[in-house]
Amino acid sequence: MTEKLVIVGNGMAPGRMLEHLFECAPGRFDVTIFNAEPRVNYDRILLSPVLSGEKSFEEIVIHGDGWYIDNGITLYKGHKIVGIDRAAKTVRSEHGEVAPYDKLVIATGSVPFIIPVPGHTLPGVLTYRDLDDVQAMMLAAKSRGRAVVIGGGLLGLEAAAGLQAQGMEVTVIHLMPTLMERQLDPAAGYLLQKELESRGIEVLTKASTRAIHGEGRVQSVELEDGTVIPADLVVMAVGIRPNAFLGKEAGLEVNRGIVVDARMQTSDPDILALGECAEVGGLTYGLVAPLYQMANVAARHLAGEIGPVFSDQAMATRLKVTGVDLYSAGDFAEGDDREEIVLRDASAGVYKRLVLKDDRIIGAVLYGEAADGPWFFDQIRNRTDISAMRETLIFGQAYQGGAPLDPMAAVAALPDEAEICGCNGVCKGKIVGAIKDKGLTSLDDVRAHTKASASCGTCSGLVEQLMALTLGDAFNPQAVKPMCGCTDLGHGDVRRLIRAKTLKSIPAVMQELEWKTSHGCAKCRPALNYYLVCDWPQDYADDYQSRFINERVHANIQKDGTYSVVPRMWGGVTSAKELRAIADVVEKFDIPTVKVTGGQRIDMLGVKKEDLPAVWADLGKAGFVSGHAYAKGLRTVKTCVGSEWCRFGTQDSTGLGIRLEKFMWGSWTPAKVKLAVSGCPRNCAEATCKDVGVICVDSGFEIHFAGAAGLDIKGTEVLGLVKTEDEALEHIVALVQMYREQGHYLERIYKWAKRVGIEEIREQILNDADRRRDYFDRFVHSQKFAQVDPWSERVSGKDKHEFKPMATLTMEAAE
Amino acid sequence: MNMAVQTWIEIGQLADIPPLGARCVKTPHGRVAVFRAADDRVFAIEDRCPHRGGPLSQGIVHGNAVTCPLHNFVISLETGEAQGADEGSVATFAVRVEDGRLFLHADALRRLVA
Ligand code: SRM
Ligand SMILES: Cc1cc2nc3c(=O)[nH]c(=O)nc-3n(C[C@H](O)[C@H](O)[C@H](O)COP(=O)(O)OP(=O)(O)OC[C@H]3O[C@@H](n4cnc5c(N)ncnc54)[C@H](O)[C@@H]3O)c2cc1C
Ligand code: SF4
Ligand code: FES
Repeated sequence: MTEKLVIVGNGMAPGRMLEHLFECAPGRFDVTIFNAEPRVNYDRILLSPVLSGEKSFEEIVIHGDGWYIDNGITLYKGHKIVGIDRAAKTVRSEHGEVAPYDKLVIATGSVPFIIPVPGHTLPGVLTYRDLDDVQAMMLAAKSRGRAVVIGGGLLGLEAAAGLQAQGMEVTVIHLMPTLMERQLDPAAGYLLQKELESRGIEVLTKASTRAIHGEGRVQSVELEDGTVIPADLVVMAVGIRPNAFLGKEAGLEVNRGIVVDARMQTSDPDILALGECAEVGGLTYGLVAPLYQMANVAARHLAGEIGPVFSDQAMATRLKVTGVDLYSAGDFAEGDDREEIVLRDASAGVYKRLVLKDDRIIGAVLYGEAADGPWFFDQIRNRTDISAMRETLIFGQAYQGGAPLDPMAAVAALPDEAEICGCNGVCKGKIVGAIKDKGLTSLDDVRAHTKASASCGTCSGLVEQLMALTLGDAFNPQAVKPMCGCTDLGHGDVRRLIRAKTLKSIPAVMQELEWKTSHGCAKCRPALNYYLVCDWPQDYADDYQSRFINERVHANIQKDGTYSVVPRMWGGVTSAKELRAIADVVEKFDIPTVKVTGGQRIDMLGVKKEDLPAVWADLGKAGFVSGHAYAKGLRTVKTCVGSEWCRFGTQDSTGLGIRLEKFMWGSWTPAKVKLAVSGCPRNCAEATCKDVGVICVDSGFEIHFAGAAGLDIKGTEVLGLVKTEDEALEHIVALVQMYREQGHYLERIYKWAKRVGIEEIREQILNDADRRRDYFDRFVHSQKFAQVDPWSERVSGKDKHEFKPMATLTMEAAE
Repeated sequence: MNMAVQTWIEIGQLADIPPLGARCVKTPHGRVAVFRAADDRVFAIEDRCPHRGGPLSQGIVHGNAVTCPLHNFVISLETGEAQGADEGSVATFAVRVEDGRLFLHADALRRLVA
């Protein structure tokens, strides 16, 4: 027979308990949950990223509606329990719903503490506990007004940073002399204050609130010293109180919280309590790690196992404010029997302090560089004798045992029981085990199966290192990055599936690959459009609306909304006729700026959008075609004068450059592609920093690729030496086609090459003639459809609407 | 006269705007961008991004939002508000679609300060 399990409260603690319970006693209970909040279980820890706009609510849901259905749970959302009848073994909600139980679990969490100063009930005074608070704060932030946060602890500071990110001017009022004094020593508290102040958050310490003022809603906060701070929003984050009210009403033993034994049982054998509302061993808790320990203990208890008992353990905290690196663990009060080791690096803003007792670390505060936090925390919990490493201890794990270790080796050296994820109490052994047993390959999989890095996320890096360590080369953190918020698939997967499932339109891709939005976004649509153009050159109809404006109007948009026009000047060579045509166009259309570009051609800047077709018509008459200076496609081929004129030239570099440009123009690529051909190793065309470059030598043509000279600077790799111009062309075209087929959208050749490996490319293009020929042929096929001058197309009327306003209203019509 | 007068000005046809696209209307008070969403809903907003004045009519339309072509602010077509972490907003105008013809509400236009 199934027993009835009723849970009051649907927070993080009971959610975790149920996961354990379904694992160790599946089918044993028929579960009913009452939750005062009208929603499913979510990760409360991550409210701050929601507030700051870095995450959406959907991203922090722990159990979606489907999970409750799958597990046969009845969830009453927005039902607060107002009474427990222990004799009848029922609970009653404020809406009058009555539910009988065999076992009852109370997990009502905490209530935020409100300082009862005058004005504390005014509209505009909020606390910070649940999603409703966050939504109220975000709404208030729309005013872009001033916020005062009372309380400089973890919650208060996260609220302050979030509100500032939402555009408010923020003042933090803190009673104590330094911030977060419960987790930080004064030195670290001071550094934190300086950091926040430098970001424009005002911090007032030793400041006590006297009253909150306002007519109808909050307008200002008055301090004991008489200072008045204007405020449109006040957030009180001064602490929490265990929510033990129900237990007390029902006559359970209650102290600060509902008193439970080490197996989470209250003074009534059929009632358990866990989470922040529970008091065990005289202590209550406000961080998830101990609550999750309670969840495990309670689940085992309910499953009827003898099971583990709860024990108090050192806890670690991190502040989740983007860009602030801070970690504190254990106990760091001063004392006669204690010693400390301190490291300060004022220029780098680093401060570290370890508190030792009897050759063991009992507390650690790290500011500015917190990567070693979990390792110190491990030493604390394992009570490691550190006398042997005392000299170098403060420098962290990398310095133990001689030469500094690289971070990977440091992770490798961790013992299996080392805790990786503090929030969810997941150790290295469990993660490595899950990766191996379940064949996990992505960070998301590991999160789903082990919960490691699924909460605050600060240990994601460690988890990735563990994956790299366990999976070796098979793990590629790049590959697991979703394309954008519309899908969980990465670029590689999407490209593969487009081919595997023969998907030939954007709606087909979105339907078959289960896009989460109806029409994608500005990130995925251009990428999908490129992938389809590349894979189905003959069949796919280019989706104009999925192209960035430059590729839609075939010119570069400028900061004032005008455009620039860059015609092709093959290989950088021009003529009097061409220059005259440009001069005429510039005068006729009153074009304000004419500039020689870094790509060896001429740019006309400041052309009005309406004039574009006429400008192109005139340029077209002189034989010009679009230079694609706007395209994720072939841009320029720079050349030097080469053997035709130069006394050092070994080959006709100008000729080869022109030939390449004429062969390849019009092709779309994942990111822009720039080529150069130099006539000798003096390299006047700067070929060794291009996507593809050629250095001519006496014996032939040295082909280079994967250079960069923009955001990154990187010399090229050598593909190899070929003897003839024809061979050079075939190799280069094949290489670019390989990139076209494999590159992720916006990934330049040097990044793609790094991902797939220089050797692999050399193998396929240089050593495998059949493959090379196939790539070459596919490029040629695709050019049949791509090599159309977009300018002349538009001169003859294509996309006319793009260049004209729909209507021009006169004064009278609008009046 | 106590009657509230509403003025609607015809600006063109729904078919003049490609789906998921936009056109602009020039007015003495500045440009208005008229968008056609996937479900053929039509929106009109000021054609000036709150960030640095980018022409929103040139952006990529997705859902009921447009991404500015200059620095990628995402602006809601319904509310004119910048989405996500960005701040700012543009004026929105009522448009009506009748029989495939588009009408812009003129009263709101006057409020547009050029
Ligand atoms: C016009 C020109 C500057 C000039 O006056 O000389 C130019 C202008 C722009 N460059 Fe460039 N780049 C120009 C040569 C270069 C070069 C030099 C070269 O090609 O030899 C580089 C370094 C090489 C390289 O490509 O990496 C260069 C690296 C960039 C980058 C960095 C790309 C990267 O991946 O690292 C960007 C940003 C981007 O593409 O995202 C960029 C982006 C731009 C944009 C398109 C900015 C934008 O998004 O609006 C500028 C457009 C201005 C316009 O409307 O014409 N431009 N840009 C040059 C046009 C060359 C041409 O004839 O087509
Ligand atoms: C903004 C913020 C940031 C945080 N950051 C961290 C962090 O970085 N690290 C960390 O370890 N911890 C952090 N915490 C603390 C952590 O979130 C809590 O310790 C944890 O969520 C408590 O879980 P719980 O299940 O005990 O209670 P809760 O998650 O609070 O759940 C209690 C639920 O019970 C409901 N309830 C209450 N009374 C009733 C009733 N009578 N009937 C029905 N339902 C009821 C409430 O509505 C609530 O939904 C943070 C908390 C906040 C608010
Ligand atoms: S370097 Fe390039 S992108 Fe930067 S301002 Fe100059 S032209 Fe524009
Ligand atoms: S002008 Fe629109 S994002 Fe900058």
